[in-house]
Amino acid sequence: MSSDIKDLRIVEEAKKPLAMNPKKFALWLFMISVVMLFGAWTSAYLVKRADAGWAEIILPQIFQLNTIIVALSSISMIWAVRSARRDNIDQLKIALGVSFVLGIIFLVGQYMAYGQMVALNQYFSGSNVSHSFLWLFPWAHGLHVVSGLVFVLIVWGNTFKFNVHSKSMNQLEMCATYWHFLGGLWLYLFIFLILNP
Amino acid sequence: MATTHTHTHADVHHHDDHEHEHHEGNFWTNYIFSQDHKVIAKQFLITGIFWALFGGTLSVIFRLQLGFPEMNLEWMRPLLGGWITPEGKIDPEFYLALVTMHGTIMVFFVLTAGLSGTFSNFLIPLQIGARDMASGFMNMLSYWFFFLSSVIMLSSFFIETGPAGGGWTVYPPLSALPQAIQGSGLGMTLWLVSMALFIVSTLLGGINYITTVINMRTRGMSFTRMPLTIWAFFFTAIIGLLSFPVLFAAALLLIFDRSFGTSFFLSDIYIGGEALSNVGGSPILFQHLFWFLGHPEVYIVLLPALGITSEIIATNSRKPIFGYKAMIGSMLFIAILSFIVWAHHMFVTGMNPFLGSIFMLLTLIIAVPSAVKIFNYVTTLWKGNIRFTSGMLFSIGLVSFFLTGGITGIFLGNSAIDIQLHDTYFVVAHFHLVMGSASFFGMLAGIYHWYPKMFGRMMNEKLGYIHFWFTFVGVYMVFFPMHYIGIAGFPRRYYSFTNFDFASGFTDLNSLVSIAAILTLAAQFIFLFNFFYSMFRGRPAPANPWNSTTLEWTTPRNPGHGNWPGEIPAVYRWPYDYSKPGAKEDFIPQTVPFSETPESNLPHENELIKLESSNGDAIVVEGNKH
Ligand code: HEM
Ligand SMILES: [Cu+2]
Repeated sequence: MSSDIKDLRIVEEAKKPLAMNPKKFALWLFMISVVMLFGAWTSAYLVKRADAGWAEIILPQIFQLNTIIVALSSISMIWAVRSARRDNIDQLKIALGVSFVLGIIFLVGQYMAYGQMVALNQYFSGSNVSHSFLWLFPWAHGLHVVSGLVFVLIVWGNTFKFNVHSKSMNQLEMCATYWHFLGGLWLYLFIFLILNP
Repeated sequence: MATTHTHTHADVHHHDDHEHEHHEGNFWTNYIFSQDHKVIAKQFLITGIFWALFGGTLSVIFRLQLGFPEMNLEWMRPLLGGWITPEGKIDPEFYLALVTMHGTIMVFFVLTAGLSGTFSNFLIPLQIGARDMASGFMNMLSYWFFFLSSVIMLSSFFIETGPAGGGWTVYPPLSALPQAIQGSGLGMTLWLVSMALFIVSTLLGGINYITTVINMRTRGMSFTRMPLTIWAFFFTAIIGLLSFPVLFAAALLLIFDRSFGTSFFLSDIYIGGEALSNVGGSPILFQHLFWFLGHPEVYIVLLPALGITSEIIATNSRKPIFGYKAMIGSMLFIAILSFIVWAHHMFVTGMNPFLGSIFMLLTLIIAVPSAVKIFNYVTTLWKGNIRFTSGMLFSIGLVSFFLTGGITGIFLGNSAIDIQLHDTYFVVAHFHLVMGSASFFGMLAGIYHWYPKMFGRMMNEKLGYIHFWFTFVGVYMVFFPMHYIGIAGFPRRYYSFTNFDFASGFTDLNSLVSIAAILTLAAQFIFLFNFFYSMFRGRPAPANPWNSTTLEWTTPRNPGHGNWPGEIPAVYRWPYDYSKPGAKEDFIPQTVPFSETPESNLPHENELIKLESSNGDAIVVEGNKH
């Protein structure tokens, strides 16, 4: 700062407004829109359920197992983030790999759930609307899980290029946020279905 | 007076302008797959103008049927082919397709994508002081999804069964059963696919707008220094983010009902005496989902126009906008309310009358923030030093339509009256004034006002006046009579007026409306000429043609990618310092610090300088030698 006292010198600062990482912010917005999508469907479900002629659904047993897998995959994702923070790239690769595989297992489990639904005579079309909804939720959620898997794969690829480490966490953190979000979304759908059969 | 040196801190603002890329690029990357927000804005604008003409032409075709039912339309056969019956009339089912497509195109493609897409893209980075959108790539994708969606919608005109015909609201069961009408066949499938892509485009755009407004503002651009345009685009994007996924949800269920045999919206339907297998669904459910988007959508269409108008009216009244914070507050209030009034479109669906009363109350409350806005526009104009530029005329026109159409909204919001007026031409009059014409005028106002920044040249003002007066008078001639037709009970979307005795008294009025519609459409060609001619032959624009305060006018005449060649200017004041008492000129740009304008500072602004000086190194008042 110059200290020329001869004249009046005013330095007026324009403050930098508050800001966060735009990409992370955009991801949050995207997740909000996904929440609205499933919010619309579950609301429609409730409205429809209040009508006459609703056939109560029976949830496939395997949903419980799949939910545990979701929880495990979230844990492995936390492990991945921790490893990256500690610059333990080998562990990071393993943790991401585990998350990815758990994601795949989850999808296979959901696929088997459809088999159980059929066995229970709950079809997507031609049976009660409640059954159509029961098919809709895991399907729509599953599509999002596929997008999450692609994301994990991209980050995993970047670990080999040494682009993910304690100084460069953004992508991994976003991936983890989305991953936990998808897990939470499943948990919501599962509990919702249990509470409103 | 002591000399005043002002300088900004050089060390604060380096990280925000990420290395300013100056790569040249080729034709494809510069004009087609550009990631520059200004180019993308123009792409949205041109596509929007195409759709506006297309949609306008559709309306004139069905107005011919309504205004002149006896007319022989054989001359349109080269264009419409089999859609003209052997007797030289418009095929009744094609009539349905025409109104459906007119509505869809105008609401979504012109006034959502064309309006938000153009002005949010163009103005957000320029007015908040950013190099570009948060993600240029997503922004580009947003346009190309819109383009693809446009192509698919357009292609439905070239298939044998024609475009969708169930109305822009695509209510099932009509839209769900391909055997119902031709327009529920392939055309409807294309409509759904097109709209799904459209929603993706809107979400990509909206996420970008919100992210950019929140995270990319230049130094000093606090929320309360943002122009009202930015506030409006910001709220619009939030509404879209929350409501479009719901339309997506509804559209997907409709696709399942149509093509995969589910019964979300279908139950107990007999066709030709035979019962369909679908049971258990509810068409009302679709209406709830649709209007949960549908009502917010009307504000998605209107708010950007209101924001543009705020800016233009303040600039051309040479006065600060009256009630800046009230304007923001009323937009916020409107945005919130818009999510809890949807059932006013469904008063006659047999809903519980008590529930109806609640929605009626909520609906009527919207009149309050709407009135606040109109009041503030008028008080801004009041005793202003008004300059009637073309943009200003269209902005004032918007205020007029918003008022006229808003008042009929209050009629319709009363469920008891709505039972009579629902689905009549009264509703058509209401929403064409308040939404259609008002937003359309906002869009035109924006084009006239920001054309110099978009294309570096001025549009012709004389042609602008002529365009304005024809359009303004034309719009009222088209839509005002519809109130009477509607009160008389004539239903919307009917092919023919003359089959019913009570309506035959309105044939003259209907002819008048149709003639006015043709003239109004014709007047748009004056605009088109002006728009394209000025692009090449217009007077080169001065740097700040309207003596405006906002940041976009501090860029070069034809800003390149990155907007400012040097560093991004900082902002020191709100955007409405027009005709400030004591100031040398009748406007003070946002980039001028208070310390440079001691003659016009208000006490609290001087206070601001002092206040900031107390926080250490930022501002130092180092001496005072008097
Ligand atoms: C004072 C504020 C307003 C009130 C109380 C109001 C009320 C209503 C009501 C009750 C209806 C349903 C009429 C019926 O179908 O029977 C309606 C229709 C409509 N309103 Fe408004 N409205 C207001 C402002 C607006 C604004 C600002 C817009 C657009 C920017 C708008 C756009 C529409 C549209 C597009 C429809 C018709 C949709 C359709 O059926 O195709 N309204 N309005
Ligand atoms: Cu509404």
